[in-house]
Amino acid sequence: MKPAACVVGALLVAGHGLAAEIPLDQRRSDSEFISAATRAMQNDDAANPGMLAVLDGETLWNAKAGAAQKSCADCHGDAAASMKGVAARYPAMVPGQDHPLDLEQRIDLSRVTDQKAPALPFESTDLLALTAYVARQSHGLPIAIEATAQAEPFIAAGRALFETRQGQLNLACAQCHDDNWGKRLAGNLIPQAQPTGYPIYRLQWQELGSLQRRLRDCMTAMRSEAYDYGAPELVDLEFYLMWRARGLAMETPAVRP
Amino acid sequence: MPQHRHSRRTILQAAGALAGGGLLQLSTTPAAATPETMQDAIRAVIGEAAVQNGKVKLDLPQIVENGNAVPCTVAVDSPMTATDYVKAIHIFNEKNPQPYVISVQLGPRAGRAAFSTRIRLADSQTITAIAELSDGTCWSGATDVIVTLAACIEESIH
Amino acid sequence: MARALIHVPATAKRGEVIEIKTLIAHVMETGYRVGVTGKPIPRDIIDDFVCTYNGEEVFRAKLYPAIAANPYISFFTLAAESGTIVFSWTDQHGATQVQTAPITVE
Repeated sequence: MKPAACVVGALLVAGHGLAAEIPLDQRRSDSEFISAATRAMQNDDAANPGMLAVLDGETLWNAKAGAAQKSCADCHGDAAASMKGVAARYPAMVPGQDHPLDLEQRIDLSRVTDQKAPALPFESTDLLALTAYVARQSHGLPIAIEATAQAEPFIAAGRALFETRQGQLNLACAQCHDDNWGKRLAGNLIPQAQPTGYPIYRLQWQELGSLQRRLRDCMTAMRSEAYDYGAPELVDLEFYLMWRARGLAMETPAVRP
Repeated sequence: MPQHRHSRRTILQAAGALAGGGLLQLSTTPAAATPETMQDAIRAVIGEAAVQNGKVKLDLPQIVENGNAVPCTVAVDSPMTATDYVKAIHIFNEKNPQPYVISVQLGPRAGRAAFSTRIRLADSQTITAIAELSDGTCWSGATDVIVTLAACIEESIH
Repeated sequence: MARALIHVPATAKRGEVIEIKTLIAHVMETGYRVGVTGKPIPRDIIDDFVCTYNGEEVFRAKLYPAIAANPYISFFTLAAESGTIVFSWTDQHGATQVQTAPITVE
């Protein structure tokens, strides 16, 4: 029962200039745009399917890996303490890296550099589980991305991607998510696209997935060519989106339709 | 000559049946349950017992964003004592590829004749729950669910 | 085997009706989905779930492909006595996973 194409093109009027950012006090988590049933699934830790991945992540956190035969816990101890607030600050500028890293990339950097283990592939079950576990330690904390002088050009690049028309439908992300949030697109409410709960359990995927996966899906739905996993454009977009969501509470693992 | 025509018709009929069976396996749209096959499935499970409407409350969202995981709660009005209890609850559908959803067995130790799960719904449809009581009676409840299609569903490019 | 999450109250009063919540990681492949090659992905589901309380069966469910991935089942039972509640999931190949939870009943 999958439609061949997104119905958006017929519904939106052409001719948008630079979209206006959502005023800070009007920003809402995407959790407010999903059905009550989906929200209830998210808010019950006993029922949230994403929690299974969080548990797997905890196991991985404590498992020795790589040539160094070290676990994350060997250096970082109890994640509840050491990882508290970390996911709320990612993507971030990392010393020695010329481009910001998202949380998945930062975890892989540690794996390669400190555990002397091979990087976990994007969207692998293990990387998603570890990311979910680390991000869970920031649950309830406000997203704390700052547009420092170093970060600013990347956040601006992400914003430009968000506001530029693309693909066969000649659509910009901002047209739905800045200009038409709260309105309906073929029966569903359009959210603001605030990435407060990643990695998310998406009902459509029937599994956990990253923000990069969601962005790639969106680009495909817009009939645009999706960037590859790990592409700097995707990280810039993530960086902008997380900065745009600053102050909103982390909800990992969120449940989305 | 008549023999030739007869044998050709038989061959065509046989080929048709074979083609039909073969096509079904390769088809991306499996044969779906219908209200009739659902009734057959109900009979297969509870036999010839008469089904009365009542006692069974089925809770599903009226409108569903994605049919992959729909919360579903069934509760049956019963004191759940040693002599008066619900022994089984079955859930059926009428538009998924097959009519069965879940069959639960209970006893007096349940305390409450209710359970929750998450189900898959292929389309907007009526979901039916049948409860079998310890006194041999069967009761049913049903609810309609509208399954919407998200505007932006993409073939998985994962 | 598969990750499972079980919520059973650690303590309860005798005769109290308690709610048990179970969640297990499993793809519950229906057998109706078509893969990238165009061939149907074979069915692979958990089809039996049983809960026993100090050895006595208190809940049993037969699952079909219509049960969502990562099956969630919550149900009730009388807190009869202290002991062990055992959960077992069996898939269509006959493989069983067992998990237990203790309960103290006052």
